[in-house]
Amino acid sequence: MLNKDLVIIGGGSAGMAAAIEAKKNGVDDILILEKDSVLGGILNQCIHNGFGLTEFKEELTGPEYLQRFVKQVEELGIEYRCDALVLDVTKDKVVTYSNAEDGVVSLQAKAIVFATGCYERGAGAIQIPGDRCAGIITAGTAQKYLNIHGFLAGKRIVILGSGDIGLIMARRMTLEGAKVLCVSEIMPYSNGLNRNIAQCLTDYDIPLYLSRSVSKVVGKHGRVEKVILSAVDDKMKFIPGTEMEFECDTLLLSIGLIPYVSLLDKIKAEMSSTRGAKVNDYFETSIPGVFACGNCLHVHDVVDFVTDEGRDAGKGAAKYIKGLVEKNTTILVKPGDGISYVIPQTITNKNADSITFKFRVRRPIQNVFVTFEDNGNEIAKFVRPVLIPSEMVMLKLNQAQLAKIESGEITVSIKERK
Amino acid sequence: MYDIVVIGAGVTGAFISRKLARFNLNVLLIDRENDVGNVTSNANSAIVHSGYDPVPGSLKAKFNVLGNKMFDQISDELDVHFYRIGSITVATSEAQLDMLKGLLERSHENGVEARILSKEELRDLEPNVSPNALGGLLAPTAGIVDPFNLVAHAVENAVDNGVVLHLDEEVIDIKDLKNHFVVKTNKASYESKVVINAAGLGCEKIARMVEDVDWHLTPRKGEYFVLDHYDLGLVNHVIFPLPSEKGKGVLVSLTSSNNYIVGPSSELVDDTEDFSTDGPTLGDVRRQATDLIPSIPFNQVIRVFSGIRPTTSRHDFIIESSKVNPNFINVAGIESPGLVSAPAIAEYVVDEIVSKLLNLEAKKSFNPCIKKYAKLNELDNKAREELIKENPEYGKIICSCEKVSLGEINDLFARSVPPHTVKAVKKRVRAGFGKCQGGFCSPYVTLIIAKHYGINPTEVKWDKDGSEILLEEVKHA
Repeated sequence: MLNKDLVIIGGGSAGMAAAIEAKKNGVDDILILEKDSVLGGILNQCIHNGFGLTEFKEELTGPEYLQRFVKQVEELGIEYRCDALVLDVTKDKVVTYSNAEDGVVSLQAKAIVFATGCYERGAGAIQIPGDRCAGIITAGTAQKYLNIHGFLAGKRIVILGSGDIGLIMARRMTLEGAKVLCVSEIMPYSNGLNRNIAQCLTDYDIPLYLSRSVSKVVGKHGRVEKVILSAVDDKMKFIPGTEMEFECDTLLLSIGLIPYVSLLDKIKAEMSSTRGAKVNDYFETSIPGVFACGNCLHVHDVVDFVTDEGRDAGKGAAKYIKGLVEKNTTILVKPGDGISYVIPQTITNKNADSITFKFRVRRPIQNVFVTFEDNGNEIAKFVRPVLIPSEMVMLKLNQAQLAKIESGEITVSIKERK
Repeated sequence: MYDIVVIGAGVTGAFISRKLARFNLNVLLIDRENDVGNVTSNANSAIVHSGYDPVPGSLKAKFNVLGNKMFDQISDELDVHFYRIGSITVATSEAQLDMLKGLLERSHENGVEARILSKEELRDLEPNVSPNALGGLLAPTAGIVDPFNLVAHAVENAVDNGVVLHLDEEVIDIKDLKNHFVVKTNKASYESKVVINAAGLGCEKIARMVEDVDWHLTPRKGEYFVLDHYDLGLVNHVIFPLPSEKGKGVLVSLTSSNNYIVGPSSELVDDTEDFSTDGPTLGDVRRQATDLIPSIPFNQVIRVFSGIRPTTSRHDFIIESSKVNPNFINVAGIESPGLVSAPAIAEYVVDEIVSKLLNLEAKKSFNPCIKKYAKLNELDNKAREELIKENPEYGKIICSCEKVSLGEINDLFARSVPPHTVKAVKKRVRAGFGKCQGGFCSPYVTLIIAKHYGINPTEVKWDKDGSEILLEEVKHA
């Protein structure tokens, strides 16, 4: 069996950043395995701009953004394989992939970084009532058809869910001559970034209906003919008498992304409420030497943060390979009131210069404190004027703050400012 | 002139055709769908029932028990996944425990192996069963099967042995000319000495083209959940509640592809074309299922679907010649346990009915086996590697959830019942059956189908006519 120091599964933004950073930290023997025929992952089909504001202080399209990293991968001489799907991974870090030229290859890795991205929740997962016909399609799939293959999957469209891809596709398909009738969101607030609501809906006079969802899809003759939206009450139950009917040919779904981690599941990595793996401050999962980052860890709203997280995981993997990991504690990080998840879930090195915590709030909230508490004792407190679920929050604890933790658990919570 | 026209390429028509292919007969198999097994056979529990439950002496009891015994050989000959995992009917009250004894007697009357499990034995076999469960009836011969390839491969085998298959062709009239029939479709007319009506939900309509039959069919809809490949061991057997007059009840089972299936509901409906699902019905299925297995992870649901089965006014299968002309044979009302019964029904129809109408002369060249498919996920790495060397397309994975290669998809087109739609590819090789439900692979599958048939991708259908996936090719300057 071949040996590799570091195998990175997934050659998108997270995987490329992890590879580049690991290389810069002295790991030479790296292999990126990418299932698609080119590096870059989902950014290949994100031809709109808005990428790179944090990373490069300029607005790039997805392909432009990813190309900058492909260039670095090439320049650093990092080995990669495209059209290479990983069939299996073991707890002992044997990675097996399939590829037309190489056949089936098994590699013994010293460390593995999972950067496998996420997938779109589909109609079945939320049991959309009505017919299961053609014309019900996830936004990312429609994006692939349009931007990669040059085909419109719909001409009169109702969009369910106000996730960013759905908003982007509302604009994109409008520009290609489709009519987007509305966007319907079951929550009382949008799940997309505000800039996307403005630039993709408002600018094109596309209405956004909140607290409203699809109560029936009608499509008995092969394709969607009609979508009925109904208002929902605070228990998410449809309210009779509130139906709005839309004659259309397509129901585009933008109802959430889920980390794609079948193989981490298979090797029994501990999972978190994000449906990604739990990680420590090195982005290491519960399986030693197996790391995870990017959208397969938790779904990000901005690719720049994915890149950043990939770098952190690459750095963690490099330390692991070189035996430089310092672990001196086990502190669990728990999401408290108002918070859906926090990453990392565990702190293992209290002596770190700093640790950045990433989390999302459960609902939009204004004028709050974010508190880090150890058994009720405040470790740190941050004032935030507005927090919304669609924007990931990042807060850093410095060494002095970390030193204050005494018990084996801290809680991150939202508290209203009186 | 055909010797026999078989109407309907569901599981019943498929096995009848395959049985007829053993003889020197000109057989035409017609279905109005663009794929075989595309209606009732495509949406059911996919259980090879043991036969403990049908009323003793009924056709259902007879053919269920006979059919069950045939499945080891059939699954081998037709290269179809089949596993005898056994079923357990769970009692959750003292009254139900008593009913289990009745079912045990019925099992024995039907000649089906079964035994009562104590509360402890049940819990040993099924650790996730409800704490309310007091005991169960174990029927070890029950199994699970891949219903899609069961039908596709049976028809493939029939076609390989000389049966002519016409898909996408609907029978609109049948003229009984006494010495033969003229079967008129939306495309052509065919003369045939014998007609076998295995048209599933359409059986009554077809039957009434030649006779005012004294039975009728009522569609009964069942809605289901499909879960992703969740940890094995949620249930180890097919778990049933006690049966009622509405059917066998909501079951929880592993599938032949290591998913879990939960359902069905059971509702009489008017419309045989309405396959919609709805929230309240599925909510009810969920409640009934969690009464048996409280820990079903419904957050792992990847799809819901509904199937419609034809229930008959006779409460039993209808397998008989028409009163006006014995050469017209109705095989109607093949609802549950139809899937398991179909191979035995086929034996009976041909050996006991057709044999009296036509001279059956064995075909020497008949081969009951289809050529084995390359199934890469069942191979070790070395064997997979060898196949990839032979054909590099086996190395390119198209469906990453179910790990289906380009080679396995392209292999389908060389077979006698090739897929024409994205759904047909899904049914054959499971591309699009996984957690992302085709989100990633459906564009590739669409393009592969377009390329093979030399059509524009906008012409590729998801399923039936009118289900084209793409509406317009975007012209770039």
